[in-house]
Amino acid sequence: MSFQLNCPNCGKRAVSEFSFKCEYMERPEADADFKEWGDYIFLRENKKGTQTEWWFHRSGCQSWFLVERDTTNNTDHKSFWYKDLKQKK
Amino acid sequence: MTERMWNNHEMRSSYDVVIIGGGAHGLATAYYLAKNHGITNIAVIEQKFIGYGGSGRNTAILRSNYRTEEGILFYDQSLKLYEDLAQELDYNLMFSQQGHFTLGHSTASMQALTTRAAYNRALGVNSTILDPPEIKKMLPEIDISNHPRYPIMGALYHPPGGIIRHDAVVWSYARGADQRGVHIHQLTEVQDILVENGEVRGVKTNRGTIHCKQVVSCVAGWSSEICKMVGIKLPLVTHPLQALVTTDYKPWLHHVVVSSTLHIYLSQTDRGELVCGNGIDHYPHYGMRSTLGFLESYAAHLLELFPILHNVTVQRQWAGLCDMTPDYSPIISMVDDVDGFYINCGWGTWGFKGSPASGWNTAQMVAERKTPDMIAAFRHDRYVKNRLVGEKAAASVGN
Ligand SMILES: Cc1cc2nc3c(=O)[nH]c(=O)nc-3n(C[C@H](O)[C@H](O)[C@H](O)COP(=O)(O)OP(=O)(O)OC[C@H]3O[C@@H](n4cnc5c(N)ncnc54)[C@H](O)[C@@H]3O)c2cc1C
Ligand SMILES: [Zn+2]
Repeated sequence: MSFQLNCPNCGKRAVSEFSFKCEYMERPEADADFKEWGDYIFLRENKKGTQTEWWFHRSGCQSWFLVERDTTNNTDHKSFWYKDLKQKK
Repeated sequence: MTERMWNNHEMRSSYDVVIIGGGAHGLATAYYLAKNHGITNIAVIEQKFIGYGGSGRNTAILRSNYRTEEGILFYDQSLKLYEDLAQELDYNLMFSQQGHFTLGHSTASMQALTTRAAYNRALGVNSTILDPPEIKKMLPEIDISNHPRYPIMGALYHPPGGIIRHDAVVWSYARGADQRGVHIHQLTEVQDILVENGEVRGVKTNRGTIHCKQVVSCVAGWSSEICKMVGIKLPLVTHPLQALVTTDYKPWLHHVVVSSTLHIYLSQTDRGELVCGNGIDHYPHYGMRSTLGFLESYAAHLLELFPILHNVTVQRQWAGLCDMTPDYSPIISMVDDVDGFYINCGWGTWGFKGSPASGWNTAQMVAERKTPDMIAAFRHDRYVKNRLVGEKAAASVGN
């Protein structure tokens, strides 16, 4: 175990219990053009620093949630539900 | 007085070409620009020391048994350049073409390996399928019984594959470039790239600004950050990859062994140490720490293949950054909107073997301002144009 990730449901658990999915991005509208969908599927910020990303508690409560994580230093991170991302805006 | 392999120079206020990144790809590009094209007013800018990135941290496995035509031809050119490199650079690179096994543990993987063997042979690359008794003859310590969780069903065997001394490759390209007039600036970090009217004008570093008309980015795991400076978003995710080395044992393993089902690979160096690695860490990260989880999972899987290794001592472990692409093929590309900017990245966990061909073709692209046919498939925008070069089956753990 290299660090403990905070699940909004279960609290801190070994990161090996979780699956990382992807950095968070706004999904294009269904009728967006080919280029917009292509960019969404393939291109990434891949940020060296703090980014928001999707995680899944695979060996735990099976929830999907968001994490704001510093990719140079895992210990600084905040976990929250998707609905709270929407409220932030 | 000791002879230095490369010299320190004052930084000029301008160069013809600035190469960012002092790994094998950046240094090979500088070397072939000087040697093949007579362009020598070049600076290689490295934030730490040369070989600080993946080029000084890899497990040094070379092979060309890829899956696509584009991949096979490119890595074959690279392996052939490697075969003559010690002679050309007058440096002992300890290249041992001892043969490379990719084990198959399921009918699906045997099917993929059989297809690869056929494509390889059609393009003149030596690859064959071996059955378990044939494997056992060449690797007497391997467990081919049906006791392991994933019994061995066969292997793709690639005789020209092998291992090399990776540091020596980095140092000898650096020396070869230096001898031809290239300046290598270590402890120099590129902080911005200057672009005016869609043309490259220079780079800003912590030691001052350098003017130039051509910039080549060869920064592997750091590429997203550099390309952002000119407004380009890449299809990359940076993941750490870990490796370990044991103490030395008498020679017993005479070929490189890879199992993608078990996520492991190993080889034995001339000194007798076992060099071992597995798959990337499962989440992106820009740090280079090694973990106990890696050591545990590696050991468990290794013992399934080679039970005699239950008592080996691990000497050290480390990690390096890998710039993973969605199709497991590299990016070597000009850029439509920024004249004079070139991208060389997407080397993931597999790119050290590509350094000579990458340097050769990148140099040609920079010198002629035109993409050579050999790398035409590796453009940065192929993803959004739906022209992927799928090498996952051949590159994900195989290294
Ligand atoms: C553990 C491990 C095992 C591997 N095993 C194999 C293998 O067996 N076979 C194989 O073919 N490949 C292997 N690889 C992959 C291989 O190491 C890499 O693909 C390859 O070394 C990349 O070389 P490079 O020159 O492109 O980049 P790097 O060697 O990573 O060099 C990039 C350089 O850019 C510098 N840099 C970054 N940002 C800046 C900046 N802003 N300013 C100045 N300089 C900067 C960095 O300090 C670094 O030195 C392995 C990788 C790892 C980590
Ligand atoms: Zn949970």
